[in-house]
Amino acid sequence: MTATAPAADERLLRTSPLRRLLGRPELGSVVGALAVFLFFALVADGFLRAAGLSTVLYAASTIGIMAVPVALLMIGGEFDLSAGVMVTSSALISSMFSYQMTANVWVGVGVSLLATLAIGFFNGFMLTRTKLPSFIITLGTFLMLTGLNLGFTKLISGTVSTKSIADMEGYSSAQDVFASVLTVGGVDFKITILWWFGLVAVASWILLRTRVGNWIFAVGGGKDAARAVGVPVERTKIGLYMGVALAAWIAGQHLLFSFDVVQSGEGVGKELTYIIAAVIGGCLITGGYGSAVGSAIGALIFGMTDKGIVFAEWNPDWFKFFLGAMLLLATLLNAWVRKRAEATA
Amino acid sequence: MTRSDTTRSAAPTALVELDGVSKHYGNIRALEGVSLTVHAGEITCVLGDNGAGKSTLIKIIAGLHQHDAGTFRIEGEEVRPASPREALDHGIATVYQDLAVVPLMPVWRNFFLGSEPRKGSGPFKRLDVDLMRRTTHAELLRMGIDLRDVDQPIGTLSGGERQCVAIARAVHFGAKVLVLDEPTAALGVKQSGVVLKYVAAARDAGLGVVLITHNPHHAYLVGNRFVLLKRGTMVGSHARDGITLDELTRQMAGGSELDDLRHELEGTTP
Repeated sequence: MTATAPAADERLLRTSPLRRLLGRPELGSVVGALAVFLFFALVADGFLRAAGLSTVLYAASTIGIMAVPVALLMIGGEFDLSAGVMVTSSALISSMFSYQMTANVWVGVGVSLLATLAIGFFNGFMLTRTKLPSFIITLGTFLMLTGLNLGFTKLISGTVSTKSIADMEGYSSAQDVFASVLTVGGVDFKITILWWFGLVAVASWILLRTRVGNWIFAVGGGKDAARAVGVPVERTKIGLYMGVALAAWIAGQHLLFSFDVVQSGEGVGKELTYIIAAVIGGCLITGGYGSAVGSAIGALIFGMTDKGIVFAEWNPDWFKFFLGAMLLLATLLNAWVRKRAEATA
Repeated sequence: MTRSDTTRSAAPTALVELDGVSKHYGNIRALEGVSLTVHAGEITCVLGDNGAGKSTLIKIIAGLHQHDAGTFRIEGEEVRPASPREALDHGIATVYQDLAVVPLMPVWRNFFLGSEPRKGSGPFKRLDVDLMRRTTHAELLRMGIDLRDVDQPIGTLSGGERQCVAIARAVHFGAKVLVLDEPTAALGVKQSGVVLKYVAAARDAGLGVVLITHNPHHAYLVGNRFVLLKRGTMVGSHARDGITLDELTRQMAGGSELDDLRHELEGTTP
């Protein structure tokens, strides 16, 4: 009865460090990432050079920024198929508002934030109100946003892309925040890498060390049990969708300020990329299990494969095949690892 | 119907008192005129076959549904809890048979789910993980469950252990009334015994317990009062000294219907 540490129990036979490690959701993806890294380090010239790694990290970051909230949402038991086009919507709103109102670019950026959050709220609100599967709700939002992106852009600018806003007030400072290049030791790194790392850190903190994180695991792993002990299931889910919207806003502003003009048809298909990154990273597709760090490793595998094929001078048509194979392998490995970890000694 | 007189004059007010409570779903009468009382340190058993209205009753007490007629008092005050959270605030904790815990989450996260202690302030307000781990281990030990590892997913525990964690959690969070929905239904004999032991432990800790079951043997082992439901109505309400196990089993099984069945079966078998 004395305050001995709970760990000192003779029945804790084999909680070896290895078993602890096997219990981590990221493990499968770490093994996969190492394999992909070694593979391309061997076959592709330039992959290991600093500039090459910077390119890989940039590719990973543009996916990773979205994969983080998509992973949290998946842990919470839901999908968001509108995440890809929402990025484009966010960029379009920002650009067109500033251009049409001849306002400071930052005003457009702010309006875009509110509008994108509203889209996220709409997804969450519809889901919790109608109790329809998120697949249907967000598929609807996906199609509606795809239509609105094209329709509004053609209506306002006459073409499928927005007008240049590069000469407008506030453009350069906004570019510094969302699309600048940092030079570290002679190597150029895009600022999205910082945004990505920041999001992973914040999301991990929320998931593992806050009350809301506990709720996210609970609404995904056992919605009814969570509700019965007083967890605000609806608010948690709406919050998760707004998290996706927040990241879509960041990614959208990057899109706008790195290319100046936005193509209104972009983003279709990206939503699956984010989901794949989250799944490769160890998120359980049925909810209740996963991590933000895992989604980052999933995005890294994506970036390495994407750019590695280019460095190896292969036909990029093979990319999708690699991706599909990777997804299957990662899912199988995760399932196997989890079964091993959960089997009590 | 001297029951209400005795509760009024008795010094301690009942923790929970339902009086003539009814619930309709559209034109379906799920519950009609059911009354029951729960006192501190006592176990009130609700018995009934499938479809008798046990689930509806539990949902009203737990705040998942609201009653249409009758009164629902908690410590003498009339209430109408509109959510499980509200019922919890009134001191009523409900442990469901199948949805008591989130299987993939560690035991300590499950234990504090919905009532997580935090430290720090502002954006750095965070879970007090050490306290949560320690408290979980200590509270479970107090209930007699010596857990190997509070970090293991709760789904790896046995059904009985999971029920016990849910009961220990309710006791820890200061529940005054514990509502247990068929806690022994899916369990084997030994596991059932373990759970009933913790139910008795909760009673001895001064909680009022509502035990929903269709097993009169389990009910009679621990119960102080027995309320029998059948097709949504109350067909009997007995104190322990007013009924024997045989009589309880007979009433539970449908009394005269059982006799008829016996005649029928004995008549057909040569």
